[in-house]
Amino acid sequence: MKTISELYAAKEVENSKTYPVLVTVGIATCGLAAGAGPVIDKLKELASGNADVCVKQVGCIGICQHEPICEVYVNGERFTYVKMNAEKAARVYEQHILGGRPVEEFMLTEKGEPVQNLMGTTFMKLQKRVAMRNCGIIDPESIDEYIGRDGYRALAKVLTEMTPDGVIQQVLDSGLRGRGGGGFPTGLKWRFACSNRGQVKKYVCCNADEGDPGAFMDRSVLEGDPHSVIEAMAIAAYAIGSDEGYIYVRAEYPTAIKRLTIAIEQAHRYGLLGENIFGTGFNFDVKLRFGAGAFVCGEETALMTSIEGNRGEPRPRPPFPAVKGLFARPTILNNVETYANIAQIILQGADWYQSLQCPGCAAGTKVFALTGKITNTGLVEIPMGTTLRTIIEDIGGGVPNGKKFKAAQTGGPSGGCIPASLIDTPIDYDNLAKIGSIIGSGGLIVMDEDTCMVDMARFFLDFTVDESCGKCAPCRIGTHRLLEILDRIIAGNGTLEDLDKLEELATYVKSASLCGLGQTAPNPVISTLVRFRDEYVAHVVDKKCPAGVCKNLLRYRILEDKCKGCTACARKCPVGAISGTVKNPHKIDTSKCIKCGVCMATCKFGAIVKE
Amino acid sequence: MDVNVKINGKDYAVKQGMTVLEAARVANIDIPTLCYLKDINEIGACRLCLVEVSEGGKPFKMVTACVYPVSEGMQILTNTPKINAARKTNLQLVLSNHEKKCLTCVRSTTCELQRLCNEYKVDEDYFKGDQPKFAIDASSPAIIRDNNKCILCRRCVAACKTMQGIGVIGANDRGFDTHIGCQFEKDLGDVACVNCGQCIVACPVGALYERDDTDKVRAAITDPTKKVYICTAPSVRAQIGECFGYAPGTDCEPQMVEALKMLGFDGVFDMNLTADLTIIEEANELISRIQNGGTLPMMTSCSPGWIKYCEHYFPEFTENLSTCKSPQQMFGALMKTYFAQKEGIDPKDIFFVSAIPCTAKKFEVGRPDQSASGYPDVDVAVTTREVGRMIQQAGIDFRALKGTEFDKPFDFGSGAGAIFGATGGVMEAALRYAAEIILGKPLEKPLETPEIRRQNGSDDGYRTATYKVGDLDVKVAVASGTKNAKQLLEDVKSGKLDVQFIEIMCCPGGCVNGGGQPYQPASVRNTVDLRALRASVLYNDDINCDIRESQKNAAVWKLYEEFFGTPNSHKAHEVLHTSYIKRGL
Amino acid sequence: MKKKLTTVEFRGTPEQEAKLLAVIAKYEGVDGKMMPVLQEAQDIYGYLPIEVQKIIAEKTGTPLEEIYGIATFYSQFKLNPNGVYSIAVCLGTACYVKGSQAIIEEISRQLGVEVGSTSPDGKYSLEATRCIGACGLAPVMTINGDVYGRMTKDQVAGILAKYR
Repeated sequence: MKTISELYAAKEVENSKTYPVLVTVGIATCGLAAGAGPVIDKLKELASGNADVCVKQVGCIGICQHEPICEVYVNGERFTYVKMNAEKAARVYEQHILGGRPVEEFMLTEKGEPVQNLMGTTFMKLQKRVAMRNCGIIDPESIDEYIGRDGYRALAKVLTEMTPDGVIQQVLDSGLRGRGGGGFPTGLKWRFACSNRGQVKKYVCCNADEGDPGAFMDRSVLEGDPHSVIEAMAIAAYAIGSDEGYIYVRAEYPTAIKRLTIAIEQAHRYGLLGENIFGTGFNFDVKLRFGAGAFVCGEETALMTSIEGNRGEPRPRPPFPAVKGLFARPTILNNVETYANIAQIILQGADWYQSLQCPGCAAGTKVFALTGKITNTGLVEIPMGTTLRTIIEDIGGGVPNGKKFKAAQTGGPSGGCIPASLIDTPIDYDNLAKIGSIIGSGGLIVMDEDTCMVDMARFFLDFTVDESCGKCAPCRIGTHRLLEILDRIIAGNGTLEDLDKLEELATYVKSASLCGLGQTAPNPVISTLVRFRDEYVAHVVDKKCPAGVCKNLLRYRILEDKCKGCTACARKCPVGAISGTVKNPHKIDTSKCIKCGVCMATCKFGAIVKE
Repeated sequence: MDVNVKINGKDYAVKQGMTVLEAARVANIDIPTLCYLKDINEIGACRLCLVEVSEGGKPFKMVTACVYPVSEGMQILTNTPKINAARKTNLQLVLSNHEKKCLTCVRSTTCELQRLCNEYKVDEDYFKGDQPKFAIDASSPAIIRDNNKCILCRRCVAACKTMQGIGVIGANDRGFDTHIGCQFEKDLGDVACVNCGQCIVACPVGALYERDDTDKVRAAITDPTKKVYICTAPSVRAQIGECFGYAPGTDCEPQMVEALKMLGFDGVFDMNLTADLTIIEEANELISRIQNGGTLPMMTSCSPGWIKYCEHYFPEFTENLSTCKSPQQMFGALMKTYFAQKEGIDPKDIFFVSAIPCTAKKFEVGRPDQSASGYPDVDVAVTTREVGRMIQQAGIDFRALKGTEFDKPFDFGSGAGAIFGATGGVMEAALRYAAEIILGKPLEKPLETPEIRRQNGSDDGYRTATYKVGDLDVKVAVASGTKNAKQLLEDVKSGKLDVQFIEIMCCPGGCVNGGGQPYQPASVRNTVDLRALRASVLYNDDINCDIRESQKNAAVWKLYEEFFGTPNSHKAHEVLHTSYIKRGL
Repeated sequence: MKKKLTTVEFRGTPEQEAKLLAVIAKYEGVDGKMMPVLQEAQDIYGYLPIEVQKIIAEKTGTPLEEIYGIATFYSQFKLNPNGVYSIAVCLGTACYVKGSQAIIEEISRQLGVEVGSTSPDGKYSLEATRCIGACGLAPVMTINGDVYGRMTKDQVAGILAKYR
């Protein structure tokens, strides 16, 4: 492809392809894990020889707990079938595709009624998809389908109609901020690296080392729409005057790696990567580098030291990467989701992007990975400034099992918790910062009354202690000591003095650590200490875990009046801690009890309580 | 260009590009550091040098002074309650993972961590918790590593890898499990470590130290059957004062000699003598190689760290090494052959100690082919630090000593012998003699070769020079530090460098900067050019010496007359020359 | 977690070495080649023993310690090969309380394999896992996916006999 007219022609060709029936199956990691492979195989087998039916793979549409998902497009109508398997697929094929009668029982339901397609659900209605616009729609392994959805048009536009400074200005004007954690204005980052274009070697890097437990939007974009990242990197390269890019992707994402590899190869074949792109004299190439299991490599300087072939230890800043980054050259680094917004900002304009968010909030949309005690888990892309209440109660479908919402953890191990009292907070960078949390990469874990906040803080801290690189003393030793204090508290050996020490040390580690990992690692501790100090106090003073989670502080007790003496619990108890005779109330020997909860789960009479 | 900054409220103009740490020095404020070593370890890892700065009117923030550059109008606060609290917490954390056997630690009183803990009044038990237990690595004859005391500042790694270009130690594992070690957790004695000891002098705490051989020396002194002699290398006199509070660069030769005599040695000799002997042997070897088509370029063999480096990393060059023993080994050989014979002592009853600024010499004494008499040429090599320790422990008031002279018959070395301790010195000394042989007559005044001395206070790269002696062009090259040696050897290998004679010293700057030198804290190492100060002692010795050429040292010729015959004679080869091993990696 | 050195004898083949040399040659002159070289070396051998790291060190002119430092930094680099029989003992709370520590020590003793490593003959690898959610069967271990519950020390020998 040497000219823009060839790109437009390719789009025409792609969009002229129509099928009476189009069937898509979500084949991303989540779909595959849920069993989408046999579904697509079955559909392809059934449709082979039927020229009217096209079966294709697409990326992840975002509603994880309903995978595998298959969608049927017929006569301009869209039908979504969920929790599919090969047999169900066969039935959809027979009854719907051949027979013309949709299979209502495989559809999603809302308020007990079947919903014809995903777009009709509250889950989708409140979303605005920019970064994920192609996810679940196009075949991620087809560059033609990407081109059919205006792919590479933004690159063509910047190369032929815009100056590099104009590109940077447009990104600046859009108000786009980094979606990976820091929230730094993207356009500003580019501007810092833009001097001496053409005179010095520069790099454009993509951070695809998504490592927060509970965040997977970047994986979803890479698996569902890899070209959007490559196109945006080329645009960034043009803007700052670079000709080489690196995508650093976690090795734990084999499907994403495969699709990126295919996408890069296709872009080369089409002349959209390589030399003299669109005949403009602009050169750009992208290389893939794989992480090897180190969370800290999501930090920008650590990521660069890792690409350079070293232990992924962060470097002090300054010098900032825009001045001295990868291989000591000026470098910009953005994450996958940030890049996924770029082409649309170029095509639809900064004003359009600034119109997406709720009034008074940061620009655009943000993808959240909604998990935890919530009905609808999955990826949701919502306007910045959507309130936590809307996310949890409407999009998320509320907390299941009639439990009460207690708090939401945003920003994973770097973030903090938002208590129920602040559920009406509009979610954006500044609002979350004000209440002691961060958007981070967009993990959003919903917690109900059964969640112990001390245990939660410990969970995240355990993760960061495991992942600390060990270079600077505050993080290496400090986070470890924090974890030891939390362990003491959870084991019932904590003191009030420990709480003070916890606070003091957490504040120190946050202020003194070398990189973002250490600087944010204490956040879950600090924020739970602020919001749920009473729970900590209950652990150290009353030696009780109010949520009934911390095993050392728990007692299982058999209510004499409810126990029928059926012996079921005694038989199931793995340590023989329950004694009693048939038809007589049983007793738990608390010195033997390991608090595994098997007895409580076994009892049919509700005679065992945890306290 | 200067930038204006305010440090603790006072205005200063400092050089652009300076770090906050350097700017504070301008204001006579020493900001504490544990990891920072100028140019080689600027990693911002210990987080102790935190200061508060405000730029462009923005609020104050905490930054690491060691790597943060100054900017126009910057306000710097180095001593606020916030900073002091942060530093105290930091030290308490470091201590929580540090084995606190401070009373008996080799670094007690010179430990940089100990000093700071005192200054900041830390509670050493404030953060109690897990402390991994490490076995002490005592596998090397020269260097002992005790990771229980390691604070992971990585100065040793920087010294080994960045400064020396070797990299046998590094950080292994990650997070709380991070520790400094060798490949596949091997011991130091089992890897291609050259024993230069630069890691030891870099270490702020007691995690690395030389194998202390002073007990062996004391035992020998008290053994009535032994005659115990010691000789001191040129650099020791230039360093030993630092153990007793003298400024670096103070020549303490007479006090040193007197103190050693007070310790009970039967004779205290000057190694400058065998430096001269080395020159006679080596220069003749060079001329013979040139005339007889021997392996060229010839490379000096005085530095045992360099020898081991060559054997491990460039085994293809071992034939190029001069077969001359080092001055230390020549001295020992001489003691147990010539001296024993002359004095009528059985060599087995001689216990010979060398005092050196070097840890690699501890390895050298155990090398094969270093026992001219059938007994090890040198029994024990003790570093300047150990000599200082022995003097201290004997209760000798070093600073009150008037001083005395070396014992005869080995009491004199020429100025050429003295400069052995500085990079380029061996070459300069050798050229002073070689020129005379080639010309067949003495020079009017001793040759000086400033081109191959240390240049501009830097040890980077290597230096070359060509000297026209009669009709002959003598082409030479000099490098100190194994990183520079590597570059030099690569260039010889590739043909880029064509010379006849090469001097290499293992330690940057030569022996004056050896791994056995007295400890100086990073605050001094970062601001004072210790190498130049100590080398100045040796160059002054040279200038002030009546005899500045090895060939004019009558004591040396007396040895040939009475014992060896001629330079490079069969006898000389038996006693004064050695062989090498192709070790590889 | 500290990485354990292997005691398994190196069984690299000339074919594997040829592949490794090809990988190293492929990355000759490439900036930051060490990560891909190590990753591809591990693809070839299944782990990164000293023999493999030595070849990489020598051919790339990198100190072996530097490579080892990298290999022990990233959790995906393995110093031990997977055993023919991969044994996992649960050290979750329930199993731990029921004596799984004694079980794992017994296995370690009988097979002569350290926890977190692989037996010298490459037959057994032994690891401690977090809770596998079978607390009712505590203490639990799995061998190549076969689950053994309510273990006692006495049973260890009998079970291991099936995997000789």
